[in-house]
Order: sequence, then structure tokens, then C-alpha cells
Amino acid sequence: MYQIVNKKILNPTVTMMDIKAPLVAKKAQPGQFIILRVDDDGERIPLTVAGYDRLAGTVKIIFQTVGASTYKLSLKNEGDFIPDFVGPLGKPSELEGLKKVLIVGGGVGCAIALPIAQELNKLGAEVTSVIGFRSKDLLILEDEFKACSKNLYVMTDDGSYGVKGNVCAPISDMFADGEKFDKVITIGPLIMMKFVVNAVRPTGIPCEVSMNPVMIDGTGMCGGCRLTLIKNGERVTKFACVDGPDFNGYEIDFDEAMSRGVMYKEFERHAYEDACNLFKGVK
Amino acid sequence: MAKFNMRNDKNPMPMQDPILRGKNFSEVALGYTEEQAIDEANRCFNCKNATCVSGCPVNVNIPEFISRVKVNDIEGAYAIISKTSSLPAICGRVCPQETQCEAKCLRGIKGEPVAIGRLERYVADHAKGENAEKEPLNGHKVAVVGSGPSGLTYAGDLIKKGYEVTVFEAFHTEGGVLTYGIPEFRLPKKIVKDEVDKLKALGVKFERNVVIGRTINIDELFEDGYEAVFVGSGAGLPNFMNIPGEALKGVYSANEFLTRSNLMKAYKEDSSTPIMKGGNVIVVGGGNVAMDAARTALRLGADKVTIVYRRSMTELPARKEEVENAIEEGIEFNLLTNPVEILGYKNESDPRDMKNGTVTGVKCIKMELSDPDENGRRRPVAIKGSEFEIPADTVIMAIGTSPNPLIKQTTKGLEVNRWGGIIVNDDGKTSLDGVYAGGDAVTGASTVISAMGAGKIAAKATDEYIKNKQ
Repeated sequence: MYQIVNKKILNPTVTMMDIKAPLVAKKAQPGQFIILRVDDDGERIPLTVAGYDRLAGTVKIIFQTVGASTYKLSLKNEGDFIPDFVGPLGKPSELEGLKKVLIVGGGVGCAIALPIAQELNKLGAEVTSVIGFRSKDLLILEDEFKACSKNLYVMTDDGSYGVKGNVCAPISDMFADGEKFDKVITIGPLIMMKFVVNAVRPTGIPCEVSMNPVMIDGTGMCGGCRLTLIKNGERVTKFACVDGPDFNGYEIDFDEAMSRGVMYKEFERHAYEDACNLFKGVK
Repeated sequence: MAKFNMRNDKNPMPMQDPILRGKNFSEVALGYTEEQAIDEANRCFNCKNATCVSGCPVNVNIPEFISRVKVNDIEGAYAIISKTSSLPAICGRVCPQETQCEAKCLRGIKGEPVAIGRLERYVADHAKGENAEKEPLNGHKVAVVGSGPSGLTYAGDLIKKGYEVTVFEAFHTEGGVLTYGIPEFRLPKKIVKDEVDKLKALGVKFERNVVIGRTINIDELFEDGYEAVFVGSGAGLPNFMNIPGEALKGVYSANEFLTRSNLMKAYKEDSSTPIMKGGNVIVVGGGNVAMDAARTALRLGADKVTIVYRRSMTELPARKEEVENAIEEGIEFNLLTNPVEILGYKNESDPRDMKNGTVTGVKCIKMELSDPDENGRRRPVAIKGSEFEIPADTVIMAIGTSPNPLIKQTTKGLEVNRWGGIIVNDDGKTSLDGVYAGGDAVTGASTVISAMGAGKIAAKATDEYIKNKQ
């Protein structure tokens, strides 16, 4: 059993937790993920590591309530236990040797982008961060990004905070001004990453994306997390759990990934409604 | 003692009705009654030169256990089997006896061989199975990677020899392929749990949610005081055909489909695990995994399940018994047929249509078998212009797996062959001292019993290695 030692509600749908898992905390690196289960017979939820404290033996997760399982997790409190927490899985992000990096995070994806920005800052790289949200209520981790970024751009779709517009606007402006980076790293909804990749493409700067497809075991067994990369015109199947989760953004078939991403949307919506009704009765 | 039974045919296995069982996940084969078991045991010649024993990868003393069944001494029979096999209830169910022990049975010359597997299952199911004898602790620690059949066998053999044994399992439940792969109706999970519990009672420690190669690597296990490590991490990534449409919604690997149903319990009515079911299901492949996937799909409520296989019935690699069961249950076989493309729905006028990208069918091509080549093997060859379409809502690819790269990537000096399988010698030893391996991680997709055989060999070699080291 794994104890929730700290819980913080970041916005109405996003929760942060520190989970006691010393073996995972000892090894975790930015870009890797964990898989947890909220209850016995529950689904295995992959979540990217949002931080870790090797000394305290805790791993930080930040998740959005999107379905029944994440809803149940959000109802857990400090001191509660979850039955399963396994990791760290996937390959760590490759950050060594980078001098100037542009980080682009969208929504809850910012939670995953943050440890990468922090690590780069620690390694002495100059970090520029662009973080985007639908509106002010959904804004998370602004102070944390400020602390590790030389420049920070905060965008909201509705203009209720920061600058109105999507994350591509400041990127395009920077490129128009002749800004150069060693690498662009983008994490967020698939559609956002697709547009970021398209905005970066003309510059030829390497652009890495973090993929979060449907997954079961996370160790290279089930094949559910497969993605198609297009390398020199050839379609190549890769598995996010062992080959990723970071991939070269120029090679990802985003349209296919988006189609696969909504495979169980209906099922999940029903399960979520059922769970909400069930727990509303209890609460 | 009962009289010798000269009947040439074996006692048939009592089975659930094919129509009924196609709608439930209860075990298909019900097991012999006492009367049937004794009657079948009396068919055994009790040969002095017992050829059957040499056909068994773990060399169960078959004539001796059967002679105990003849006198209804179930505990005695169980004790004999347990001397060499850690998992009799499992082997009695899933071993391909027809190509192993039973293939060597002298009764098989004139008629059917003795139903050794069914007798083994009978014994395992009815014995109380008092714990096997255990040597006193010898102060040595060994680690096991994976709790599938090879790992459980290795753990069972070494705990009995007085070792401290810890098994690391990546999943939240023990059993490996016995849990996530083989369906409930062929191997009830209660039986797997019982076998794991027996090992726990003997003192084997199980650490779930630990991925060796990620959470802990093999070098660190040695630093932690383990003197030997057995890698039984199983088969890895599922193979796909690399044809267009394999990423469509509704295309599964057999691993994913079976894991959703078995491990994640999608077969239960109130499960929170989504799985596509109903409609037309196409399973590509002809092995045991293909049969398991097809029969699972049927039980989940498919209207029609079709196996698509590129060779003919004779070459079908699945166990005959499972193929017969599948046919009885109404699974159709589209043989000498190979998929060339999976077809999907596309609403040109509405890109937001949720049905876009879902499977609608499979485009196949007819195959014929070539003349035998120098190895006598007849290759399937596509017949030009014979393409046709089969409607489908779900397509399950059951065409094998490639070894998992994780342990190789994270263990310096561990040699693998060009397919990625871990290289071992006859003792199951890898290129690294103190590191042994067996099962699918070495051979690629194979059987439960051959994995157990490998676990057994490696356990013996480990014992010798550690004792000689002192």
C-alpha cells in the first residue's frame, strides 16, 4: 500500500499529491511516468512524474479529473492509501548538454513540463516557458515556472489572465524575432502539441513531444500504447511505454494518436457519471 | 485392486455444454470424477522403462503417481507429482500433453494414450496438498524476476532447498501469463492464486509493483545481497503485421485484449475496464493465444468470431483440444487466408464524427501452400487477385511477440540473440555470472510447461553455483 502524504487542490479539476513510494522516488527522473490503481479491480492509470523527493521517498503527481478513476483518486485525502503505485516507467527526457530551451505546456501538461524546466534550470540551461490554459480558474504552477524560467509567457484562451490567445502566438513571435533554441519541448493536449510542432517546423529546431496514450501494463507487453512515427516516408510502430514517452514531434502521426485517444470516451463518460452519482450520495 | 482396463480409448473429459459455455467464463473442462479417474488410471501399463517420463519437461514420475490413483491414494499421488512439479493443477490443465508425455505412452500405439494430463489435474484438484518438505534456511538469498510459470517453478524449487527467495512482479497481481494471458474458462484464477499462496506459505516473498530494469536493476539486486538472479520476465511486445489500418480503433494485440479481460477483469459485468465487444470479431493467427482470444471474444458477447490463418488446419499450431473446443463453440475458421489491410470508417463530410477511425472490416487475400521446400515446409503464397473483404468490428492480432527490451537495455553485459531473446547455456545460465534466465524471455512465445522446465533447470544450476562458490 502507498500512502498519500500530501494533497493540494490546484484548481477545480486538478489535484496534486505526494505519494510515499521510496523505490520509485529513488529512481524517478523528469519525463518518466508511474502507473497507479485507486482501488482493487480499478484501472491502471498512467501519470507522468511531476516531481520527487528522494530523501523523503515521495513522488509528486498532478492529475486532472477526467474519468471515474481520477475522480475517485481526487476524493482521497492525506493519510489515505492506494493499493498500487509502480514505476518509474518509460525513458527519462534527454536534457544533458542543452543550453537554451523553449518549454511549451498546455493545461495539466504543465505539471509534466515543470520538472523538465526545473531540471534544465538546475543543469544551467536558459529556459523560456510558455504555459497556456483555457481560463484563469485553470491556471496552475505559475510561480514554480517563474522560478525556473528566464522568460515566462502565460496565455489564456479567453484572456481572463496573462495574454489572450494560444501558446503558438508567442512562439511564432519569438521565431519572427529570430530567437534560437537548442530544443523545444512541448507537453499538453495532442491538438496543442500538433500545432506547436507545426509552428516550430520551419525553424528546424528539434521539437520533442511527450505522449500519453491509452496504456495497461506500461512495461512493453500489451501494445495498447502504440503510436505511428513517420520516418523518411515509412510508417513505423513504436510503443510509448518503452520507446517513449518522449518522441520527435516531427515524426508523430498526431491525427492517428488523436483518433486512438478517444477510443473509450463514451465508456469513460458513463463510468464517470456513475461514479459521481455514487459518491454524491455518500458525501 | 481394480482390474486392468484394456479399453483403447481414454475416458472423455466431462465438459460444459458448448452452447452454454460460449456465454460464460466458467471452466470448460469439469474434471474427472473419482470413478473416471480410477478407471483411467487402470489403463496405465506401469511400464518399467517409462517413456512418458522422458516426454515431460519436468520429469514427473508418471507411472508411480498413476499407480497411487489406482488405489485412490490421492495424497500419495500428489506427493509424487510435487517432488518435481511445483504447479500440478496448472500443468494438468494447460500442458500440451498430446505432444509430450502422452505422445510417448505405449497405450497410444494401438489406441489412445493414457489421459495423463487429466489424471494430474484430478490429483491436484482433490489433494489437500500438505506443504512439501523444506530444508532448513541456508542463509543464501536469490531473486526472481517475474512471477509467471518459470519464476514460480524456480522459486518453489529453491525455497524447498532452504534459500531465501524474493519474486519481483511488475503487475499488481502475481502469476504472469497465467493471470493476464490464459483465460478463466481454461485456467481459473483461483487455481493460480492457490499455487502462489502455497509458495507464500513456504516462505517465498512476493514484491508486486516492482519493474526490474526500472524500479530496481539487476546490479542493484546483487548489491542488496542476492547471490543469484533468475530472469523469467516473459514475452514482450506484441507483433503486428505492419499492414495499413492496424492503428484503427478496434484493433487489439491479443496481449491487450486478453489482459483487459483477464487481469483487468473486463469479463465481469460490473468491471470498470473498457473493452470493445459484440459484433464481428476477427482473430488473426492460429496459436493457443489466438484460440484464447477468439473464445474470450465469444464469451464477451460477439455475434460471430472468425479465426483468420494463412495456412491450413494441419499447420494450425494451437493444441488440438483447444481447436476442437473452439469449433464446438461455434468459432469459424477462415483458413489459407491472410489480411492485407484493415478497413476503417471515414465520414468525409464530418471529421468530428466519433465513428471515424473505427474498424469496419478486413481486406484479405487467399493463400495456397507452396510445394515443400528443402526442409519439407510448405510456405503460404498469396493467390494474385483473390482479395476479398470480411466485415469486422474488432480485429485481434495474435501473431506472436518479441522479447521485452527492458532488462537487456538496463543490464550491462547481458547477451541476447538477434531476436532479442536472452542467451543461456544448457544450465539456463546467461552471459553474466549468477544470472539465469528461462521461459519466453529466452525462447520467445512458448508453453507454460517448457517455461517451468527452464525454471527447474536454472534452479538446480543456481543451487550448484552458490554451493560451489563457498
